[in-house]
Amino acid sequence: MLSINNITKAYPSRTGNNPTIALDDVSFTIKGKEFVSIVGKSGAGKTTLLKLILAEEKPNNGQILFDDLDIHKIKSSQLPKLRQRIGTVFQDYKLFPSKTTYENVAYVMEAMGASKDEIERDVSQILGIVGLADRVDNFPNELSGGEKQRVAIARALIHRPDIILADEPTGNLDPYHTFDIIRLLVKIYELGTTVILATHDKEVINSLGKRVITLDQGRVVRDEEKGRFIL
Amino acid sequence: MLILLKRVIKTGWKGFKRNIGLSLATILIMVIVISLATLLFLLSPVSKILIADIEKKVDISVYFKEDVSSEYILEVESEISKIPEVKDVQYISKDQALEKFIEKHKDDPVLMESLTELGSNPFLASLNVRAWDPSQYEQVANLLETSSFRNLIDKVDYHERKPVIEKVFSVVSGLNKIGIFFSILFAAIAVLIAFNTIRIAIYNSGEEISIMRLIGASNWFVRGPFLIQGLIIGFIAVLITLLITFGLCYGFDARIKTIAPDISIYSIFVSNFFLLFLIQLATGIGLGIISSYIAVRKYLKI
Repeated sequence: MLSINNITKAYPSRTGNNPTIALDDVSFTIKGKEFVSIVGKSGAGKTTLLKLILAEEKPNNGQILFDDLDIHKIKSSQLPKLRQRIGTVFQDYKLFPSKTTYENVAYVMEAMGASKDEIERDVSQILGIVGLADRVDNFPNELSGGEKQRVAIARALIHRPDIILADEPTGNLDPYHTFDIIRLLVKIYELGTTVILATHDKEVINSLGKRVITLDQGRVVRDEEKGRFIL
Repeated sequence: MLILLKRVIKTGWKGFKRNIGLSLATILIMVIVISLATLLFLLSPVSKILIADIEKKVDISVYFKEDVSSEYILEVESEISKIPEVKDVQYISKDQALEKFIEKHKDDPVLMESLTELGSNPFLASLNVRAWDPSQYEQVANLLETSSFRNLIDKVDYHERKPVIEKVFSVVSGLNKIGIFFSILFAAIAVLIAFNTIRIAIYNSGEEISIMRLIGASNWFVRGPFLIQGLIIGFIAVLITLLITFGLCYGFDARIKTIAPDISIYSIFVSNFFLLFLIQLATGIGLGIISSYIAVRKYLKI
């Protein structure tokens, strides 16, 4: 379903010398219906990898195939169709500050042209699942860090994407809520969605017992079926 | 498709309401810009009237010798009016010339006394000749001085008036050039101000626009609400400007008439209402939509 082939990504430094290599010849394949954790220290390249999968940035080398579609060769006007198949939980949430919780979550469905009834039904359902039923009319600046994170997750799930990209979705949560969120992601995976989880939370990884890809300085150093958190 | 369009309009309206402070500020700027366009539009007929007024005051007079009969002068008049450069010819008899003089100088006792002392009418019968264009007077004067009836003419006062006529000519063409220059300058400034205001307003939403793209909204779904906001802002600004224009034209009409009796800005406003409304709409809504489109484009490149 998703195939990462020899991806290299370098960010030029401002002086023009010594570009920062974020990803160095990274390759792996996700066959479909997998729960994959990507671990590594800060700066190992986790976020860059997710940005490339979302076609937010272009690689210097290599290609990413999504169902045999080279996502960096897609025309800009076709990108929305691809992105509607992906649900993303951003590290910094990226909620719409001028929209309420309800509107934030409903936005993708509105953009896809879903009917009003469908949207109402699905949004209240998902907000119930993430425990924000009483926060529908609040704006992001009226929510706590954990609540924002749960809005971000609800927004990523609402349109039933084929893949969920979750970048540190538990970064700002206490252990109790962390496992709530992880249980939610596992459930989504069990219902048939591929989940790519980038994290540096050791306990989360060790309790999952699922595939773990370890990145270090932009390289894949380990790729294990029932992996543990080893750095 | 229809549901998306409906959502775009609804979101645009919501955005307008939620950022009401910014929306009002943008409307204010747009009102200024549209007012400027309106001013340029209204000034052009006013300046045309003023220029025509000045041009009307320029003429040359052909004075006939004492013994030429009025029948003959009328014949010459019809002869002169056949010259293509001549706009009209007016016959002023000896008596009329005297009347005019008395009318003009009745408050000047010295002149009136000397006129009574003279005992007879010292004025000559004349034809006032006006050309279509100030630059044509030289030609007309030359024609008269070489014509078949030149023996009957006492003098053509073109050469005395030449400096004045030429001055008027250069002022008029100068005014036209300055008018065009300032119109273009003001229009350019107005467009830039409006564009920049909207750009800054949308700058606030820059990150939001990028997020919309990243979670899979199409360009038109992202752009649409901003265009709708631009449209609403432009339309409200047009209505406000139209009201202000109406108020000013109505209120100042009488006062301007006392200075320049030929000019009625109220009737200019009324007779050009639809054209004016169209120009204001084009300026307001056009600027609103185009500026929004360009400003949003930058953030859609993700």
